Amino acid sequence: GVPWTGTGCRGGGGALPRHRCEGRGPVSAGGWAAKRGMPGVPISARSASPSPSRVTSHPAAQRGSAMAAAAEAAAGGGPGSQPAAQRRLRIISGHLRGSPASRAPEAERLLSPSQCRAGGEAERPVASTIPKKRQEILKWNGWGYNDSKFIFNKKGQAEFTGKRYRLSGMVLPVLKEWMEKSLGASLEHKITSRAFLNTSDVPPSIVNEEFLQDLRATKISYSQEAEDRVFRAHGHCLHEIFVLREGMFKRIPDIVVWPGCHDDVVKIVELACKHNLCIIPFGGGTSVSSALECPADERRTIVSLDTSQMNRILWIDEKNLTAHIEAGIIGQDLERQLGESGYCTGHEPDSMEFSSLGGWVATRASGMKKNIYGNIEDLVVHIKMVTPRGVIEKSCQVPRMSTGPDIHHFIMGSEGTLGVVTEVTIKIRPIPEYQKYGSVVFPNFDRGVACLREIAKQRCAPASIRLVDNAQFQFGHALKPQVASIFTSFLDGLKKFYITKFKGFDPNELCVATLLFEGDREKVLQHEKQVYDIAAKFGGLAAGEDNGQRGYMLTFVIAYLRDLGLDYYVIGESFETSVPWDRVIDLCRNVKERIVRECKEKGVQFAPFSTCRVTQTYDAGACVYFYFAFNYRGISDPIHVYEQIETAAREEILANGGSLSHHHGVGKLRKQWMKESISDVGLGMLKSVKEYVDPNNIFGNRNLL
Amino acid sequence: MKCYTPVIYKGLSACKPSAIKNSVLQSEQVQYVIKQLSKEMGESTDIIQEEAIEILDEMGHNLHIGAIRFFAFSLSKIFKRIFQRVCVNEEGIQKLQQAIQEHPVVLLPSHRSYIDFLMLSYLLYTHDLALPVIAAGMDFLGMKIVGELLRRSGAFFMRRTFGGNRLYWAVFAEYVKTMLRNGYAPIEFFLEGTRSRTAKTLTPKFGLLSIVMEPFFKREVFDTYLVPISISYERILEESLYAYELLGVPKPKESTSGLLKARKILSDNFGSIHVYFGQPVSLRTLASGRINRCPYNLVPRHLPQRLSEEIQEFVTDVAYKMELLQIENMVLSPWVLIASVLLQNLPAIDFELLVEKTLWLKGLTQAFGGFLEWPDNLCANKAVTSSLALHSNIVSLVNGQVVLNDVGMEDGATEELVFKQALSILMCGAYRNQLLNVFVRPSLVAVALQMTQSFRKEEIYSCFNFLRDIFSDEFIFFPGIALKDFEEGCFLLTKCDVIQVTPQEILVTERGNSVAVFLAALFRPFMEGYQIISRYLSKETKEAFTEKQFILGIRNFAFQLLEIGSTQCYEVLSSDLQKNALATFVRLDVVKKMKTTNGFTYTINKEALSKTAEMFDSQIPIRKLVTARL
Repeated sequence: GVPWTGTGCRGGGGALPRHRCEGRGPVSAGGWAAKRGMPGVPISARSASPSPSRVTSHPAAQRGSAMAAAAEAAAGGGPGSQPAAQRRLRIISGHLRGSPASRAPEAERLLSPSQCRAGGEAERPVASTIPKKRQEILKWNGWGYNDSKFIFNKKGQAEFTGKRYRLSGMVLPVLKEWMEKSLGASLEHKITSRAFLNTSDVPPSIVNEEFLQDLRATKISYSQEAEDRVFRAHGHCLHEIFVLREGMFKRIPDIVVWPGCHDDVVKIVELACKHNLCIIPFGGGTSVSSALECPADERRTIVSLDTSQMNRILWIDEKNLTAHIEAGIIGQDLERQLGESGYCTGHEPDSMEFSSLGGWVATRASGMKKNIYGNIEDLVVHIKMVTPRGVIEKSCQVPRMSTGPDIHHFIMGSEGTLGVVTEVTIKIRPIPEYQKYGSVVFPNFDRGVACLREIAKQRCAPASIRLVDNAQFQFGHALKPQVASIFTSFLDGLKKFYITKFKGFDPNELCVATLLFEGDREKVLQHEKQVYDIAAKFGGLAAGEDNGQRGYMLTFVIAYLRDLGLDYYVIGESFETSVPWDRVIDLCRNVKERIVRECKEKGVQFAPFSTCRVTQTYDAGACVYFYFAFNYRGISDPIHVYEQIETAAREEILANGGSLSHHHGVGKLRKQWMKESISDVGLGMLKSVKEYVDPNNIFGNRNLL
Repeated sequence: MKCYTPVIYKGLSACKPSAIKNSVLQSEQVQYVIKQLSKEMGESTDIIQEEAIEILDEMGHNLHIGAIRFFAFSLSKIFKRIFQRVCVNEEGIQKLQQAIQEHPVVLLPSHRSYIDFLMLSYLLYTHDLALPVIAAGMDFLGMKIVGELLRRSGAFFMRRTFGGNRLYWAVFAEYVKTMLRNGYAPIEFFLEGTRSRTAKTLTPKFGLLSIVMEPFFKREVFDTYLVPISISYERILEESLYAYELLGVPKPKESTSGLLKARKILSDNFGSIHVYFGQPVSLRTLASGRINRCPYNLVPRHLPQRLSEEIQEFVTDVAYKMELLQIENMVLSPWVLIASVLLQNLPAIDFELLVEKTLWLKGLTQAFGGFLEWPDNLCANKAVTSSLALHSNIVSLVNGQVVLNDVGMEDGATEELVFKQALSILMCGAYRNQLLNVFVRPSLVAVALQMTQSFRKEEIYSCFNFLRDIFSDEFIFFPGIALKDFEEGCFLLTKCDVIQVTPQEILVTERGNSVAVFLAALFRPFMEGYQIISRYLSKETKEAFTEKQFILGIRNFAFQLLEIGSTQCYEVLSSDLQKNALATFVRLDVVKKMKTTNGFTYTINKEALSKTAEMFDSQIPIRKLVTARL
């Protein structure tokens, strides 16, 4: 097959399994803890409509069509001429929207802000995609939905199960070979996870009876069941998943509480102060910074405060284009519900299927389309947070104010160490009329970076623009689904011939940028031309809409791939940084090389998969995302080796002038470098804020500081 | 015809020398300096740009395969004629070959002769390795044709001093870095800066080294390999030339006609050459944990930046480390041992005795880890005889006695006896000096033992420390590890049963006494030389003097002493020793160095001088020691 054509490698997709990756989205948590990712999920409601110009301007009509599409898909037929992909898309969108019956009645969406529905979940009118009992649809020992995973079928071919994603149900004929060739993995050597969570391994729940009595009096829902507690004891770092598969955490929350509104949170924090408990906020659970891990030596009762039941849109202000939303809402629900009114936030971290609004705020999240909508700090207008000192919020909802240092910036990135974000006012935008994907092939990575730099300079970056390196490009190729017809494969061959032979691109050098344009139709087309013109100056060749689209789609399924790797002795992670433009190329090269070298030194027997993409552009620099995986057969303590290598890679990033984190956050994983990153005085400032706000360390997850 | 297809750096995109020049000129670094200068001097950037182009043209190499072939051809003829053989460590070549593909490579050969870089390029060529571009002094440029030929074979030329010229510095540094960064070719230069006239390794120069390290500090390259290369000559081509130079007969300017005159050496025999390619050293490994990354992250990388103290210290350490590696791999020939024995037994020594002592010294050298190349297939007599034959210009065998020749000037001018004597001793000394590099630590312990006449370890260490300090311009010591050097010296002596070390004391064994005496005598010329110089300084009446005046003065002073026979230390006539001593005194604040409009002048601090002189006369002051660790 032809790499560049078909599949998506390009895009974002990238690669690896890790969750962190921007892509996918799972987890996170709102918890304040870390979140994963930035860019977005492909499958938002909007992108779901079938025709290329996929967005209709009238929300109702759109909704209708999507539903129709879903129904059609469910019936099993798509228009024959449209490729299966379109069909999948519709299926997914149908899924994401939920069945009509489960959707909340419109009327309910405008509640009076501070009113809290009484505690019981039975009364919750707003259904979230993710149930309160997460285990009902999510994996307990891996990424994402139970029904979606990579498997090797009877013919030994890789397949992605389920129906949720564009790739679902498809066979990926070259993935196996890629795993063998690039990672030295073999189907013969399999290592499977424990099949069930053994509740007898789980540390017992130790909760003071007086607190329980007080808690019951508030009528706030809670649970001490082992499964609920384990589910909230971790994020999605490699070592956490490894523990789930083969061991057990030393310390997990003793109790999980589900406040239903801001006032519930106030009550819980008061109780925690009264009984001297430790609260760890939990949103979507997609942390990749060890932010959700319970400190092993925490002697107090640990309360996991799950915000997932605070998920209402309290009001929409169409005059100011803002919406006031409870912080526990997860990304896909937020966009779907706003979409019903014709709006969106445009914030699409790769984890948006699972991560929560509060988590975004608590970790300084970044979204795939930040070029249009901005990162979370640009989107937020007002934050309400409950701290042991009381509630912190501003007195007005204004676009900007000069009243000393912005208190929002103490909250954003506080990673659950100061309090719980309960309500957020966020900017909204009308859903764009038109969306278009695109892609550009460059002869090599350097040219690609130069092009992105120029686009950033001219400030004409599309909603999203990502540049994947050659290894990731080839990896994308490995995820290409079976080609349906001889004609397609012939066409692929032709394209490959054109690029490599006619244009003289070296298949082992070339790389691809994926693009996503948004706006009104006219402007998108104009914008597209401008970008392609710039690309041409750097030797870039337009490589089609389909490639671009596939790239973004893949971002979402790739997190699932790590779980497959884990079954075959392959472990991997992703990590990110931000870096000035002039150092992008050097940093990418050096970090990848450092990984390869460290693996060799640590006795890793197969060359690792080490790849990167430039995933966001800014005026002064870029965000770079790395994937890294290796085969650990023959190594007795793979997690330790892995951690040493990740540490070395981070050292390398810092030595190359990169940042400690662009959007994953610090958590406990990267704490060791905080002082170096923000200076002694800087760290002291943060500590004194913590000291004032939470002198008894009620929010004791020990992130950041 | 041989097909030359070298392995190349993995990231290399082929480019011509002219393209490199162009990219240097257009680089942000050079453009920045041009703009700065234009602002400061009020000249247009075009004019300064022109200047930069001139500098580049003057400096730039023009690596050209035709010239290489020409050189390879003629060099192979010449080398075959004057050298018996050239030995290369093959595994070193293989490692180098590997290294060239992985990361940019910097070749750091020792510098004893003009032949060094010709020989190196020739060897690399014959081994199908990428030819280096070589930083050479501008002196060569003066040689017509040859200068151009050298240029075409990859040499680029640097002015000897250009510290003050910012444009020159910027262009030069960028030129070197550009070649390094894109892996165009290995960079080669001499850490010692110039040819060592005494065969002792010279203290390193840091300018070029810091330039080639900078791309790594700024992470423009992942790593850089430093390859120490030791080239040792059984007989140095320029041996007599050096001796003259050291005695103050000016060095002839490099000229093509001079080279032609040198043709007569073609009929001579210069023995064999050993080229040892050391293990490539990863700069990244050296730097690991040592460099604070912050300074490089906070300033755009194209801005010229003063090296932080931390970096300077690191560069210094690396330079010394590389030189120590060169020394470690330097091959010692039998003649080195013979010369050492001979110089302690002037004016003549019985041949049999010489052989016996040489054999004894051979054992000692091997015990000290010297890299000795001894013809094992020959009996000792024959080995010594053939060495004597090779160096028949310096020594002769007369009636079973080995004596130094009177070396006269070729034109037969009558020389004072002292001068003649000095010439042959300096020539001979240059070979003995090769041994000193290896012997310096145990020997200084032996000298300290002798000076202190004490058993107390503290006292001996204190004296050792003083000597190490005094001679740190003379010999190569890694900065700041006096105690380790002392322990190493003691260890080697213990190993050879010369001393016994107890927690508090150091005792010379009965058997070891003769060894200790020999070791101390080995360094006697330096001890005495420095003593004479300090005596001279204490008599110096002038308020301030220049280096030239100092050298003339000391030379006259020493001549007198030698004539009246109150000293036998001919080596004090060596300008190398004199300059080193001056630098030492400046370092010890005995002499003050001041910058004036035309160079430097020196003034003496009499008080400090008398203190130092006292110490030399073995009055070791009671100094508080860091004894806790001893």
